[in-house]
Amino acid sequence: MRFTRQPYYLNIILLCLAFILSVAVGSVFIPPVTFLRMLAAQLPGLALQPDWPETFSAIVFKIRLPHTVLITLTGAALAGSGAAYQGLFRNPLADPYLIGVASGAGLGAVLSMAIHWPETILGFYLIPLAAFIGALLTVLVVYNLARVGQSLPTATLILAGVAVSSFATSLTSFLMLNSRDEVHRALAWLLGGGTMSGWQPVVASLPYIVAGLMVLVIFAHTLNLLQFGEEQAQQLGLHVERTKAVLIVATSLTTAAAVSFSGLIGFVGLVVPHLVRIIWGPDYKHLVPLSILGGSSLLLLADLLARALLAPQSLPVGIVTALAGAPFFLWILMRAKSQVSWYSLD
Amino acid sequence: MLDISKKPILEVEALTVNYGSRAVLRGIDISVEKGEILAVVGPNGAGKTTLIRAISGIIPPNAGEIRVAGEDLTQLSPAQRARHIAVVPQARNLPGGYTVQQTVLMGRNPYLGWLGRIQPADRALVQQALTHTHTLDLSDRRVGELSGGEQQRVLLARALAQATPILLLDEPTAHLDLQHQSVLLNLVSASTRELGLAVLLAAHDLNMVALYADRVALLVDGCIRALGAPEEVLTRANIEAAYHISVRIIRHPDYGTPLILPDGHQPAHTSINPPDKALPEKRHESRSFTQPPTKS
Repeated sequence: MRFTRQPYYLNIILLCLAFILSVAVGSVFIPPVTFLRMLAAQLPGLALQPDWPETFSAIVFKIRLPHTVLITLTGAALAGSGAAYQGLFRNPLADPYLIGVASGAGLGAVLSMAIHWPETILGFYLIPLAAFIGALLTVLVVYNLARVGQSLPTATLILAGVAVSSFATSLTSFLMLNSRDEVHRALAWLLGGGTMSGWQPVVASLPYIVAGLMVLVIFAHTLNLLQFGEEQAQQLGLHVERTKAVLIVATSLTTAAAVSFSGLIGFVGLVVPHLVRIIWGPDYKHLVPLSILGGSSLLLLADLLARALLAPQSLPVGIVTALAGAPFFLWILMRAKSQVSWYSLD
Repeated sequence: MLDISKKPILEVEALTVNYGSRAVLRGIDISVEKGEILAVVGPNGAGKTTLIRAISGIIPPNAGEIRVAGEDLTQLSPAQRARHIAVVPQARNLPGGYTVQQTVLMGRNPYLGWLGRIQPADRALVQQALTHTHTLDLSDRRVGELSGGEQQRVLLARALAQATPILLLDEPTAHLDLQHQSVLLNLVSASTRELGLAVLLAAHDLNMVALYADRVALLVDGCIRALGAPEEVLTRANIEAAYHISVRIIRHPDYGTPLILPDGHQPAHTSINPPDKALPEKRHESRSFTQPPTKS
């Protein structure tokens, strides 16, 4: 498989294709060439004569492009933080959704909406911060509940994740049912439909996601050291407590920003790092950036499927990722059980 | 430049470590010189691992001092400390997915910048460490595919790649067969002489220790009971008092070093096991050559 030797080129090409396809497909088909010409026409100094219908501009720039960018950011955020959580917890089944961080972030976001915080534009931009606080609290609670001595066994991690996640989800439901007029919208949001449209959510989540992912990429090499356990990592010169704090803050911020406007989308953070690890190996220096690229592509494709399956109606993308991701999760579990590997499932 | 002064590189003074209210190490005084192997022996739970964890900065000492070339170790950051001291842990639960090369490269971490960028000089040192430990031909293999002995040599290579003046080894041969024990200890011994390392080796096997160590410290209940050349420390009286078993000491036919033979009985003055048990049991599962062979 020669093409796998150029992982970055391959993933960037894949992402570009998925991105263009996501803009192209919908109730009105927009030919990729036309879309690229429309983009080029936006550049100053390029006097391109528009040869496309007026409606195309509205569809692309008001609906499809912001939606596609939001999905791209969300996929990158979920897969990037999934890879980091797996490294941080030394557990291949850690995923922002499974360990409850996404639910915690969702609770934070819904809580901030329920108290009618985002009346202003500034309030809207601060929703990710409320989600961030929810995510951070969740991860600390789950981590401390699940920890057995120095290790974080899968069983306790998932159990703690499920428990905390259910708690956060039921609180979220309670809040949603209390604010009647918003129920339908919030429910669709919670299922991960990316219902928030327009450029506002993109602008509100982009700074957090980009900043968080940059920190994760910069700190990716420390995750390699942490695989040997905290004691050895420190003996190899790593400031373990400080590194863990930075990583937890960055992953929680990234997850929170993604959840704030795209809802709870599971399994992307689990599936993508796994596929990357199987194809390109366990070195986090590459695992994290490749997961980020692959997460975007995968979520764009899942979103396409969600829009195409029951067209013209569109499914929440979280349903598609769960349908495909849950069997994958079971497959990993079986694989890890039958293999002597770096996974510690006991 | 050859440093001919016999000043110790690692100095531990009055080191005390408590776990909760229990004192695990009580006033430990030891020092290790350049080119010297100091072995720390003692029963399970005597504090050998705690000593290594304290010196490598994992547990802060409750009292006492740890100095490296005169510098107070407790004041250093983990990265600075890791440029003075490398640790060879037991090869257990290693992440199996990394290649040998990748694993040994992690020894260069204390010298890398913020981004963890690897320089050609780092790769050269890794190459040297791999050559030194006879793991060069394994460099592209995954660690998980290797035998215990090979994994242990990879960890030694990682510590050598750290290029520190001091090496701490925590029972590196405890789970290895006779051949791999010898291979590993020969490598440690050669590195100590050739690179002028100061080595502190926690070990269970008294006969191996007698062969390889320049000095031996006998640690019992967190205190140093005896410290000196192997033949001074590994005496019948010392060992019977420390391990509560009865032993005989003979001389190695070639080197004259002490060989400890457990005779399967308890000395009359101790009774930690019921008297009808012929073979005394150790407190933990750890196996070593000082234990009498079990009947098959």
